Amino acid sequence: MKTALKCHKIIGGYGEGEALVSHEPICFYLTDPKTGIVREKTHELAGKNISNKVLVFPSGKASSVVQIDGLFKLASYNLAPKAMIVKDVETVLIVSAFIAKVPLVDRLERDPFKAINTGDLVRVDANKGTVVVERRKP
Amino acid sequence: MLNGEFGGGTQKAMELLVAIGDAYDAEKMIPISRAHAASSGQEGDMYFVELLADGGAKCRVPTSTNPVYDIKYFHKLFDVPKDEAEVARRVMEAYSRVGAILSWSCVPYLSENIPLYGESVAFSESSATPYVNSVIGAYTNREAAQSALAAGIIGKTPKYGLHIKENRKGTTLFDVKATLRDEFDYTLLGYYVGKAIGYGIPVLTGITRPPNTEELINFCAMSNTSGAISMFYIPGHTVEAATVKKAFQGDVPKEKVTVTDRELKGVYEELQTTSKKADFIQLGCPHYTLKQIGKVAELLSGKRIHGDSSFWVCTSATTKLLADRVGYTNMIEKAGGRVVVDTCIDEPCWIAYKQKVGMTDSPKGAYYRRYREVRLERLQDCVKAAVNEEGRGKP
Repeated sequence: MKTALKCHKIIGGYGEGEALVSHEPICFYLTDPKTGIVREKTHELAGKNISNKVLVFPSGKASSVVQIDGLFKLASYNLAPKAMIVKDVETVLIVSAFIAKVPLVDRLERDPFKAINTGDLVRVDANKGTVVVERRKP
Repeated sequence: MLNGEFGGGTQKAMELLVAIGDAYDAEKMIPISRAHAASSGQEGDMYFVELLADGGAKCRVPTSTNPVYDIKYFHKLFDVPKDEAEVARRVMEAYSRVGAILSWSCVPYLSENIPLYGESVAFSESSATPYVNSVIGAYTNREAAQSALAAGIIGKTPKYGLHIKENRKGTTLFDVKATLRDEFDYTLLGYYVGKAIGYGIPVLTGITRPPNTEELINFCAMSNTSGAISMFYIPGHTVEAATVKKAFQGDVPKEKVTVTDRELKGVYEELQTTSKKADFIQLGCPHYTLKQIGKVAELLSGKRIHGDSSFWVCTSATTKLLADRVGYTNMIEKAGGRVVVDTCIDEPCWIAYKQKVGMTDSPKGAYYRRYREVRLERLQDCVKAAVNEEGRGKP
């Protein structure tokens, strides 16, 4: 089953991949830059790998310096997420995505946490403002 | 500018500002008079400033820079890894190429780059954002180093967030019943307030003695480290709202938090990781003012720092110039301490202390520490520990 949803572009580009959903904010500095595995022990994604995923999460967190450096390092090892879908943006996350060249969108026409499950195949076309979700698991 | 007619660097800076403006549905760009880029000497920082510099971008308004570290000074003393040093060198060179004010200071609003009341600016750095909004009454958002630099290059910023009066409204009332003796107590208060709400505009009441510059700097730095506090009010003492009612723009506060000595003691205890004796003492996060350096000099007068500990004061180049002139630097050096410029406590130059115990008066320094264990103490207790063996090693 495929669902096409409208969204709002923040950082342009196209990215597709398997969805990884986090209900908690993410700090990219707390992932291993050489593997993409979340190191923050208390995080719901602890031990999961965010690289090459379409990451669905509420917002970013932590200081600007560490957040930007974290996503930039992942990107320099080709381990950044393919695209990011968020609920609330803030300046630091926008700058991080801009520098790491990761498509970033918000304002999905449905609640992203209801429309997308971890494991779904998701295509994000930020320039066109569309997200296509292909359900993989029941 | 977006089409590249002003060169590739300016185009990139404009692209970033447009992306931010789009994200917040900003109706337009507004001119800014100055910016402060929280340069950090890290790889992400290097990538962006070199991208702009290589693309020929130049700052259109005065844009100051944050500390990285004094490369020549530290390389004489410690074995800093070559690749890390190269990143720092390239970052500092690229900020020079874009025509930034090379202040390498985290308190530029005191001397190198001073906004006025009501000015629209783009200031990143933890103490700088809340200080210029609240103490000076200028308008800035909580910028990242790169968005502030881009704004400095273009001379504009998207109109959103704290550039709009309605968004500068208090969110939480803090009734301060704790004793606030000096800047150290304000650091603890700042840390507590930031952690308690995470995000928002705190309004503080109960503070009777007017806070001084150092106390406000430290409140700002800490509240914007443990949380994301871009602005606060102390009605009667900060400039923008004379009363609590005005700070909340006529509304009744929805949330109220009381802060007593117990809460501040809690922060103090939470941040200590050891009671062992300190191998080194690190002051100046944020960068010390001339008044603080004078206090250190006076406390060290006629004393000698104990042989196996080292003692550091970080400050800006402009402040050090005056400290040299009035004799404070000499007094500190005579006692065996060092006054260092252009340097942040969170940089690879401190590599020699990686496995050591450090003592500082800064919760921010303790939080981002590049050493194994930390003791957090008041300025005068840090000095006491450095000179008096008896006083060391006790909890």
